[in-house]
Amino acid sequence: MPKELHELTAHEIRDAVRTRKISAVEVAECFFRRIGEVDEKVKAYVDVWRQYGLAQARSVDDRLAKGKEMGLLAGVPIGIKDVLCTRQGYTTCCSRILCGYRSPFDATVVQRLEAADAVFLGKLNMDEFAMGSSTENSSVQVTRNPWNLKCVPGGSSGGSAAAVSADECAIALGSDTGGSIRQPAALCGCVGMKPTYGRVSRYGLVAFASSLDQVGPLTKDVEDLATVMNVMCGRDPRDSTSADIPVPDFTKSLRSDVSDITIGLPKEYYTDALNNEMREKIETAIDGLKKLGAKVVEVSLPHTDYAIACYYIICTAEASANLARFDGVRYGHRSRDAKDVRDMYCMSKTEAFGREVQRRIMLGTYVLSSGYYDAYYLKAQKVRSLIRRDFLEAFQKCDVIIGPTSPTAAFQIGEKTSDPLEMYLSDIYTISVNLATIPGLSIPCGLTRRGLPAGMQIMGKPFDEETMIRVAYTYEKNCGIDMGRPPIV
Amino acid sequence: MAKITKQDVEYVAALAQLSPDEETKERLVREMGEILGYMDKLNELDTTGIEPTMHAIPITNVFRDDVVTPGIERDQALTNAPKSDGEYFLVPRILDVE
Repeated sequence: MPKELHELTAHEIRDAVRTRKISAVEVAECFFRRIGEVDEKVKAYVDVWRQYGLAQARSVDDRLAKGKEMGLLAGVPIGIKDVLCTRQGYTTCCSRILCGYRSPFDATVVQRLEAADAVFLGKLNMDEFAMGSSTENSSVQVTRNPWNLKCVPGGSSGGSAAAVSADECAIALGSDTGGSIRQPAALCGCVGMKPTYGRVSRYGLVAFASSLDQVGPLTKDVEDLATVMNVMCGRDPRDSTSADIPVPDFTKSLRSDVSDITIGLPKEYYTDALNNEMREKIETAIDGLKKLGAKVVEVSLPHTDYAIACYYIICTAEASANLARFDGVRYGHRSRDAKDVRDMYCMSKTEAFGREVQRRIMLGTYVLSSGYYDAYYLKAQKVRSLIRRDFLEAFQKCDVIIGPTSPTAAFQIGEKTSDPLEMYLSDIYTISVNLATIPGLSIPCGLTRRGLPAGMQIMGKPFDEETMIRVAYTYEKNCGIDMGRPPIV
Repeated sequence: MAKITKQDVEYVAALAQLSPDEETKERLVREMGEILGYMDKLNELDTTGIEPTMHAIPITNVFRDDVVTPGIERDQALTNAPKSDGEYFLVPRILDVE
């Protein structure tokens, strides 16, 4: 049965548009129609850019008609997480404090995608300021998992993952501070990558925890991931932490070959804490890669148990500093009732920041405060060094490390909202990757008995996304399970 | 285990420029106590002689040529201001003088 247009991958759409089998306008129309049909249930979009997207698509068609050379994403419909600044529409981080905010500039990644002839469909829902693991902390709406509308899509890039999974865009941009791309990708059955810290410019990414944040893509397959990485990555003079390291052609890594690959399995990841069904899925996937010639060794990441505590000290500390800028002076919400400036600061923040954001500002302020700085923040920075060292030592023995992305499949909406600590613990397998600044990729590895997607995480050496992409591609082509499509609509 | 009191919550809220109500303060006493208690787990580790990770990637100074480039125009910078007079951001009175 021929696929519906909205079911196509980004590279299929791009090739069809470039060879003029379909027009970019037809593609855009189809996706806006799809959003109209399903987003009432999924609630992935917080802003739909119908006019703007169609104008971009018409421009792609016009230039094709004139015989112009087109970019790597010609006519590809893309959704953007609301944490990235865009001149078009609003940029709110799904927070009431930025309600109505219009960015005067585009984030560098947004610019790069547009220069590669992508078509933008709108902005996607997220946990407020990317703080959360379920997208329930959005001040706008709760996004639902297309595989089961009673379940969360994961977070914080829940809108991005749900939109890709429900065919409401071909590719989505997300951001990942402690797993915010990989965990929702796993829970919604898509491919998601957090590149090495420094690989992608953070210019125009609203800061949550600056030493951990990284922008990355969520896609339908590994080829799309490699394609969009080719567009996104590279040094940007406007982000001094973007690395001055050459960007390879990631599509060259799209070959089925793991015969020279050694996979490390961290013994600390395969404990009783891991749900049995998840364990089976990962073991089947590893067996598949072994049959294709990969070698497998056990490795140890001895400080795994300390990662969550370390992460939540560092990320809340950085968040409390970054979010201090929302003082109601230059942009954002300002309380109407403030009598003086001090009042204005306090009331504006207290009125407009959500519960989780205020909790993290409080924790971050505490761990940085006089008398506690050494005991919490400095201690956590030292533990971060140990966690990074664990990975670098493990990578002496292997090329990639593989484990689950999330300890469980998607949980029910409302299940974990009353216990913040329990929500934090669901990030166990993803946060070490951010602390160590290495790249991590999540790829679907089957459905649970309840029909929910499971994700496998492939972790790589710093700036070696190529090997991860090759392993993921080999898995997808040779042992990837046909997940079918989510049962919505 | 970290013991967080209501006074701690009030002190930290003042530093963070937040003004939680009584109910929120009580919730924060409980939640911060629990979360900071969990964070105390790091004290199990001996980190003597371990360098803290101060930077995510090992770069020091990043230089660029000293060339003037256009920035955001004033009009544009003021478009999101809650209150402005077209030239400046306006805020409530800062100094309490007649």
